[in-house]
Amino acid sequence: MALTNDMIRENLTGKFGEVLYDWEEPYGMLTFSAPKDLNLKVLQHLYDDEVMAFRFLTDLQAVHFPDKKGAELAVVYHLHNLRDNVRIRFKVYTDIQTPDVYSATALFNSANWMERETYDFFGVNFIGHPNLIRVLNVEEMDYFPLRKEFPLEDQTRIDKDDEMFGRGTY
Amino acid sequence: MPFDSTCRPIDITTQSAQRTSDMNEHILLPDGSIEKQTTTLNLGPTHPATHGVFQNILELDGERIMKATSTVGYIHRAFEKIAERRPLYQITPLTDRLNYCSSPINNMGWHIACERLLGVKTPKRVDYLRIIIMELARISDHLICNSIVGVDSGAYSGFLYLMQYRELIYEIYEEVCGSRLTTNIGRIGGFERNFTDTAFQKLEKFLAEYPKVLKEFENLFTRNRIFMERTIGCGAISAERALNYGFTGPNLRAAGVDYDVRVHTPYCSYEEFNFTIPVGSTGDCYDRFLVRNEEMWQSLDIIRQAWQKVQSFKGADAEVFHADTPAYYLPPKQDVYTKMEALIYHFKIIMGEIDMPVGEIYSSVEGANGELGFYLISDGGRTPYRLHFRRPCFIYYQAYPELIQGGMLSDAVITMSSLNLIAGELDA
Repeated sequence: MALTNDMIRENLTGKFGEVLYDWEEPYGMLTFSAPKDLNLKVLQHLYDDEVMAFRFLTDLQAVHFPDKKGAELAVVYHLHNLRDNVRIRFKVYTDIQTPDVYSATALFNSANWMERETYDFFGVNFIGHPNLIRVLNVEEMDYFPLRKEFPLEDQTRIDKDDEMFGRGTY
Repeated sequence: MPFDSTCRPIDITTQSAQRTSDMNEHILLPDGSIEKQTTTLNLGPTHPATHGVFQNILELDGERIMKATSTVGYIHRAFEKIAERRPLYQITPLTDRLNYCSSPINNMGWHIACERLLGVKTPKRVDYLRIIIMELARISDHLICNSIVGVDSGAYSGFLYLMQYRELIYEIYEEVCGSRLTTNIGRIGGFERNFTDTAFQKLEKFLAEYPKVLKEFENLFTRNRIFMERTIGCGAISAERALNYGFTGPNLRAAGVDYDVRVHTPYCSYEEFNFTIPVGSTGDCYDRFLVRNEEMWQSLDIIRQAWQKVQSFKGADAEVFHADTPAYYLPPKQDVYTKMEALIYHFKIIMGEIDMPVGEIYSSVEGANGELGFYLISDGGRTPYRLHFRRPCFIYYQAYPELIQGGMLSDAVITMSSLNLIAGELDA
């Protein structure tokens, strides 16, 4: 019996109740969010449950939403059930002042560098990570470059009107 | 020999008391002195044996590796940040520079991700032409990787021999898109122009000549005693560990897991093709070599099938090389000069003035070294709100210290080349 998005949703709601929110299916991929202190419990349940069996961490990264006050950073997990060939997307929002999220390294070895990369670019502090240092940027760097407050181009330029060329504010 | 400032502190009071009573007491030497049990070796970042910018600090006991620490990021170019300021078509050249041994797969993977976001349906002929190009890219990538494994085990001739045939593949790219290494091939919706007859002639030439050469290459290596003893059992990983480390592509299949994006999440009409997914069992360098070789045979078979399907299009159907998406596909240049609508679209596309639909999509293709994913978030603007590349070798390179621990230094070199690590992709 193939695993469907409805079954996953039912299973997760049965286990965690109504704390999971933002259920969506953009382009067919089940997407949901959880409170950030539950992220490991959800991942562990998805991993251990015999029906769910999401045991492959495809991708882990973050997104910065400066307009969402109190939930500026989203850590996004893409999980894959290789047996039934189902993918899901799971998000955890955290505020930017204390961007502490539990690390998934105990569950997935692959999370190690992906979390380092996420820390490197967004400053998400993964609690319990064995070696949370920058991975791609230089260690002396004192900011997190993929956050939206850092513009790509030199903002002192006056010869170029951003409104005319692509994105305005960022 | 004078102590330097890095020497360990010695507790003078107890030491001096002992010193008077025992003249043979052991003097603590500074770290890094000759008395240290292990040797620290800095392999890379620019070492001829690492084929790219990889740094590993190895702790050696004789020639045996006790511990390895990898450093990456030497050629980081902030592609994800740059992509946030580029309209979709300007991101294609960035994907070229990820895995530059098979850049057409990256280009097409990116176009497929965009098409899924925009809801563009490509004609069948475009799918088949794309498959031809993608499988050629897979062959050129595997060919380099396998022949480099040969070089690292001391057999240079296989490399030189196969390299000539990568040239034939690059000539096909050149005929199709005008460039060879960083191809920027195709557009959203299809190709920039139809394939010429010369391109198909070159393809036929390659299909006729390459199998003989690949067979000969296999004869040189597959049952070669020296090669087998060098690679069997070297850099092995179990299926379970490989999955936990996020391995994908030939490296995962060599460990015995039959996961292939082409089969699991078909894109580009791969579901119409008949091919098998080779798997290994031990996940060592030898199995990775065998899996890649077999994949080249399978790719040749896929190209032949696709070529047959392409030939079945006659008349006007044979002139189809892109989907009808005027908002994203540049109009022909002569129309831009003569027609109002074409001029408007041309201007809007070039200036990046077209707003994308709001959406969030993860789309992946089977790259030559694993699952190449694009996670694209659009807020309805002209450029992606966030674009993340799932780069397969960044994820599986973490396993490298575990793979080489306890092995010999020369095995570390061969393991690195057989993992098919591409520095451009690793560092984004």
